[in-house]
Amino acid sequence: MYGKFSLFPEQASSLAPHIDMLYFALVAVSLVFVVVICVLIAVFAFKYRRRPGNEIAQEVHEHHLMEVGWSLIPLFLGLILFAWGAKLFLQIYSQPENPIEIFGVGKQWMWKFQHPDGRREINDLHVPTGRPVKMTLISQDVIHSFYVPAFRVKQDVVPMRYSSTWFEATEEGIYHLFCAEFCGTEHSRMVGRVIVTSPEAYQAWLASPLIEGGSPRDAKMMNAGRGGEAASMAAASDPGAKGRAVMEAQGCVACHQVGNTTLAPALEGIYGTKVELENGKVVTVDDNYIRESILQSTAKIVKGYQPVMPAYQGLVKEEEVKAVIDYIKATSGSKK
Amino acid sequence: MSTQAVEPKNYLNAAHTVRSWLFTVDHKRIAILYLVSISFFFFLGGAAAFIFRLDLMTPQGDLLQSDTYNRLFTMHGVIMVFLFLVPSIPATLGNFLVPIMIGARDLAFPKINLMSWYLYMAGGACILWAIVDGGVDTGWTFYTPYSTAFAKSNVAITLVGIFIAGFSSIFTGFNFIVTIHKMRAPGMTWFRLPLFIWAHYATSLIMVLATPVLAVTVFLAALERLFGFGIFDASKGGDPVLFQHLFWFYSHPAVYIMILPSLGVVAELISAFSRKRLFGYRFVAFSSIAIAALGFLVWGHHMFVSTQSPYLGIVFSLISFLVAVPSAIKVFNYTATLYKGSVSLDSPMIYALGFIGLFVIGGLTGIFLATLATDVHLHDTYFVVAHFHYIMVGGALMGYLGGLHFWWPKITGRLYSEFWAKISAGLVFAGFNFTFFPQFIVGYLGNPRRYHFYPPEFQIYHVMSTVGSTILGFGYIIPVIYLLASLKWGKKAPANPWEAKGLEWEIPSPPPTENFTGPVVVTEEAYAYPVRKS
Amino acid sequence: MSSDANPYLAHHFDDIVQQHESVSLGMWIFLLTEIMFFGGIFFAYTIYRFLYPDMFHAMSHHLDVTMGTINTGVLLTSSLTMALAVNAAQRGMKKRLVTMLGVTCAAGVIFLVIKYFEYAHKFHVGSVPGRLWTFETEFGNQAQLFYSLYFGATGLHGLHVLIGVVIIGVLTILAWKDKLPQGRAQRVEMVGLYWHFVDLVWIFVFPLFYLIGRT
Repeated sequence: MYGKFSLFPEQASSLAPHIDMLYFALVAVSLVFVVVICVLIAVFAFKYRRRPGNEIAQEVHEHHLMEVGWSLIPLFLGLILFAWGAKLFLQIYSQPENPIEIFGVGKQWMWKFQHPDGRREINDLHVPTGRPVKMTLISQDVIHSFYVPAFRVKQDVVPMRYSSTWFEATEEGIYHLFCAEFCGTEHSRMVGRVIVTSPEAYQAWLASPLIEGGSPRDAKMMNAGRGGEAASMAAASDPGAKGRAVMEAQGCVACHQVGNTTLAPALEGIYGTKVELENGKVVTVDDNYIRESILQSTAKIVKGYQPVMPAYQGLVKEEEVKAVIDYIKATSGSKK
Repeated sequence: MSTQAVEPKNYLNAAHTVRSWLFTVDHKRIAILYLVSISFFFFLGGAAAFIFRLDLMTPQGDLLQSDTYNRLFTMHGVIMVFLFLVPSIPATLGNFLVPIMIGARDLAFPKINLMSWYLYMAGGACILWAIVDGGVDTGWTFYTPYSTAFAKSNVAITLVGIFIAGFSSIFTGFNFIVTIHKMRAPGMTWFRLPLFIWAHYATSLIMVLATPVLAVTVFLAALERLFGFGIFDASKGGDPVLFQHLFWFYSHPAVYIMILPSLGVVAELISAFSRKRLFGYRFVAFSSIAIAALGFLVWGHHMFVSTQSPYLGIVFSLISFLVAVPSAIKVFNYTATLYKGSVSLDSPMIYALGFIGLFVIGGLTGIFLATLATDVHLHDTYFVVAHFHYIMVGGALMGYLGGLHFWWPKITGRLYSEFWAKISAGLVFAGFNFTFFPQFIVGYLGNPRRYHFYPPEFQIYHVMSTVGSTILGFGYIIPVIYLLASLKWGKKAPANPWEAKGLEWEIPSPPPTENFTGPVVVTEEAYAYPVRKS
Repeated sequence: MSSDANPYLAHHFDDIVQQHESVSLGMWIFLLTEIMFFGGIFFAYTIYRFLYPDMFHAMSHHLDVTMGTINTGVLLTSSLTMALAVNAAQRGMKKRLVTMLGVTCAAGVIFLVIKYFEYAHKFHVGSVPGRLWTFETEFGNQAQLFYSLYFGATGLHGLHVLIGVVIIGVLTILAWKDKLPQGRAQRVEMVGLYWHFVDLVWIFVFPLFYLIGRT
């Protein structure tokens, strides 16, 4: 798939043909303008060249109608192109139906991904064709940008806040994954592969032993860094189990008890609901709210509680925060 | 220097001491000071680009370490943007010509004008120091938190340099606005002003209103870098994306600081070498102001994928499209001026016509980036790099070189070799396209910018680009040789070598220190060339 | 060229009216620049106050409102004396000019001294953002944001006061040495505009930082 000379990148997502269509329209409009201007310049420069008999310019009358005309044409064309681009853009930012949710962390200088069943990989991203994949992304340090040219998607990955994007792969193959936002010394090595397979092959990959997932180097890094944690995670099929384990390890459950809300609000089932805060404002419990409440626990206190919870900033890993969110989500059923 | 005695007194031979240059308050001499210093920084920034361009010949970058590569492209960007492009035309040609074109003896505040140059040099010295001391590797955009908390290079001193150089730009703009408002000669009404002046007026508005925002932004970033303040620090509740908003609030209008004066220069050149009043004078004049005003409202188009709200993105995209209208008005009017003119292809005119072609391509590819959906793919790729080089190098720099060739006889009193000037104009045009056009393609293929290593299938485009940049390099070095040679061996320039209209051509070349020896009264429109009935 | 015999006319202006108008326009444009300069920091303030209203209110209580109020009084008074100095300069009343400039300059110094004590207290209790931060509140690290804005805004303002004090100090000496005759009154007038601007910035800074917790 990659390695050969080409003028256009391959189209491997449901969105790519639409973006390319718009791109070609822009190229066509541009070509018309460039050719018209260049031809006019060449013709005028030759036809009205200075020579005996043409030492003095001829009188030309200016028409305001002409000015209005050549203001309105670009405006009109521009508005069409704008609307076209905006419509597609909103599609990129819409929520896909029934996506596979993959969590990604960018850090100097690697990508870490985690599949819904807990399966993790580094710098490789396995996705199936024919089903939308929603990426939830966060950075552990500086701003990165998740970029897959073959899918025509790009999303900045910022610290302390989740961002998301989605794509639906259409063509099996191996594609580039780039970091598009300058992030330091090895910025250009913060690259990876997006491996698009059939849905069956994806399922088979999920079930396969870990070592086949990434290169041996990646597997070594994972195991060296995390001990046996990765292996245990791969085995876990319950999306909330890991989060529950984190909550027990961090002592969250001492206050956040199931069925007892005297010390702290219950967490089970709250995802997607609206809660009232101390200052009277109402917020929806979503990924970013839960994340903030863990890391900067006093920022938004639920009405009726004291700001007694410690801030977990720097005490828990991004993956652990995400696991807790998944746990709360899992206990909240299908509510979005 | 006995020959000097017979020459009439002018601003160049008025005094010869170093002191008479370093403490001059003559706008023309200050223009020369700028000309020398920005040329120095231009070649420094160009050398950096040439080295990393060579390195990019191979996908695995055999010449440099990644850290060195990152420092070189940052050095190229910082020097070219803040020390070359922003001051280029305004501080040299603008400084020299704004008072003369409106019939004034100097800018309104000559001492502040000199202070601007010292501020510029101080800012330049800080940035040079940062480079010599190991460089800076954040890119010219200084995105937080990389620049404030992670980069291990001389970020703070570079920010200080930019802060100081920013004030140089503010004072230049401020001087121009007051001068254009208050010091026009009797009869020089607003609609008799050359379009060069209109362009500088619009540019000055941006300098005065946008640059302070950059100053306060780099000030806050420097506080964060040096003392750990937390305004852009996410771990303290700050928002790193706010830095981008503040940064682009300046840096997008800054693009118009670079291109508007160039559009002004080209208006003068097209008119002079067609011997014809510029078509649609008022539309062109107002389009400068419209570009300056709209320029303040489009900064968010640099941030479509930055986690900015998509609805905000739509608004920024729409306003960005509106900028296309005044830009198109200029291009169409410039082209229409040639119609039924008496067109002469002297070297400044070759630059001007080349400018139109490159500016059109640069402007149209800007539309690709203002279009939301395509920008998601193109953002932060070589497509963006190619686009802004078409505007800043193909546009701003071509205009600058065209203007320099046009007014060189006025500034120095000497004529240069027209033969070599045409050769170098051709080399610049060809080399430029060869360098940057392939980058549009490799950008759409998905090659991110600021990549030291890149996938091997992109190599062919990078090789073309490097070859082009070598041609471009010659195109820039040749003018240095023949322009400097003209100072010694060039023929003496008459007052009006191009038979052009404008107050600057009615005074001797080079002009006397006081510009005008007698009172100036303007009685005709700008570009009042004779015409014959068709 | 109408050759005005005015000794204060710079060589490149046609007449003194043109010179005065140019200088005055220049000053106003400079102040416009200054508004954009402080505008950036107030923009950041607005965004963060909207995001963290409770934290801003709570932190506002930790600022010394007494010292802030005294400083407000000091600056307002100095604006009055500056206005009187401008008036004295225009009427060529040397003694009053020297006194009023001197009082204005002294007020600026008092402002800075009080500011120094305020800052020193912040260093003492550790409410300085960054490495020296030891200040414990229920808002944790976020409180640093408020203090970053506080030090950013008051620091920039303080810098402007300092520049004003130096310029007014120089003017005082010039006036005392008879170098500021009536014909040069515009200099005092322009410095006056600058000083009123600095005062005006404080009129924004004071309630936005010191008073918001007290409503």
